[in-house]
Amino acid sequence: MDSTTLVKVENLTRFYQKHCAINQLSFSLEAGEVLGFLGPNGAGKTTTMQIITGNLAPSEGQVSINGFDIIESPRQAKQLIGYLPEHPPVYRDATVDEFLKYCAQLRRLKRAGIATAMAQAKANCGLNDVGHRLIGNLSKGYQQRVGIAQAIIHNPLVVILDEPTIGLDPIQIREIRSLIKTLGKERSVIISSHILSEVQATCDRVLIIREGKLIYNASIEALENQGKELSITVALKQPPGIEYLIEIDQVEHVETIDDNRFRLYFNSSSPAESVVKASVEQQWGLYELVPDRASLEDLFIELTRDKPVAGESRESRS
Amino acid sequence: MIMTIARREITAMFLSPLAWVILGVVQIILGYVFLAQLDNYFILQSRLLALENAPGVTDIVIASTFQVAAIILLMIMPLITMRTIAEEKRNKTLTLLISSPLSMTEIVLGKFLGLFLFVFILVSLLMLMPLSLYMGTDLDAGKLFSIYLSMLLLLGSFAAIGLYLSSLTDNQTIAAVSTFGALLMLWIINWLGESVADGQSVMTYLSLLHHYQNMLEGIFDSSDLAYYLILIVTFLVLTIRQLDRERLL
Repeated sequence: MDSTTLVKVENLTRFYQKHCAINQLSFSLEAGEVLGFLGPNGAGKTTTMQIITGNLAPSEGQVSINGFDIIESPRQAKQLIGYLPEHPPVYRDATVDEFLKYCAQLRRLKRAGIATAMAQAKANCGLNDVGHRLIGNLSKGYQQRVGIAQAIIHNPLVVILDEPTIGLDPIQIREIRSLIKTLGKERSVIISSHILSEVQATCDRVLIIREGKLIYNASIEALENQGKELSITVALKQPPGIEYLIEIDQVEHVETIDDNRFRLYFNSSSPAESVVKASVEQQWGLYELVPDRASLEDLFIELTRDKPVAGESRESRS
Repeated sequence: MIMTIARREITAMFLSPLAWVILGVVQIILGYVFLAQLDNYFILQSRLLALENAPGVTDIVIASTFQVAAIILLMIMPLITMRTIAEEKRNKTLTLLISSPLSMTEIVLGKFLGLFLFVFILVSLLMLMPLSLYMGTDLDAGKLFSIYLSMLLLLGSFAAIGLYLSSLTDNQTIAAVSTFGALLMLWIINWLGESVADGQSVMTYLSLLHHYQNMLEGIFDSSDLAYYLILIVTFLVLTIRQLDRERLL
């Protein structure tokens, strides 16, 4: 299937007075892709999103949405975007239904289609029971959902959500994540977050930016593979001495965690099978065996803190 | 699209008690002023009979009531215009409009039209008082229309100035105070011009009062109309430019 590039960002640079918030940022987004935007606070995530949605003008560079430049033909470009900013832009003195109807009209939906679009958006965001309530009286989580509903009401090709799950309870978070996955099937979604597990759970691709520069751009699998470390942790009821463990095939080095737990380091192939075999033969009482993986957090911290920025942008999409 | 925004604007105004309170307060005060002028007319009536070509009830009662109305509304209008853009900025809801497929011109015109609809309601309610005089006497319909139109134009320009000053800040109080200052300044700006011999100085021309006065007297001069229209257009363009400029900051 031909993949179409929906969002194209080229050499985006943005200054706030003399402070450079984004520096030569370039990336693109295909249809049917969910892009996760990661970065420490103040890295330029929100600024980038504001530029893509036309809320801020870039100092340099171009953004085009399905071929429409956001500066030169803003109307066509904005028609294709649904945007949820950091603070959901909702009118506290309107009811959910009034507000969503207003949003549908602003996005130039035909009068006949408004009711269906509203019903669809409300069902997707779990707002069916609160249609008649004032937005100002809803909890933060519901206001957030109203914010998401206004972003998807006009069926945009590109949905941009700035920290969409903030303030939601765990059940709602799960619902929103599955909603994002559904959206990502036909549309492109960009979400920003600093919750790494969220990005891991929902995104196909990850961009990590730091101080306005792109320092990592890869598919989520590549990121996970990179996180793999060459060790496993075993827990034994009747542990033998370390000298026995080091004897096992492939094991290079053993580290004692506590009385029963050991970390086994290896070079290439995992010694898991040999460990199980040895445990059964010598009755060590193996009850736990976990392949270690450096958490995404570790990788994120390593990428955003330790490495020098220059020339680190990587393209390893499969 | 402009209508959609205007409708939302007017709905929001009437959802808060502010609009109702303003309508009520203005109506009560001007009702009292109207009554006082009417009373005054009865006292003068006998003397007016003696005059040839005496000013009628339209001049004495209605024109002077609306003269007071202009000054009261000069103080009230900033309270109506202050929230238009400043509140949206404070609540971060302006993003909704800017992210929607609308031009800045449509947004600003929608906001202005919303304000103007409120002005229309306000002035139309005030016009009911002079119309009630039709029950007892004949009025100069031409003059009445001239007063109505001048009131709409005057408040329209108040609204445009207020809209612009509201776009400069996210603080409603600052928007209200600066609007009040600007309106008052434009009102009294001709005080300096008075000393010039023929009274036709630039300062006089700039004064809101000067042009309003002409129309209250029933003199409908196209230059007065042009003055108000230019004032409104200028401040609307300034507002559009201000909102466009903010994306660059």
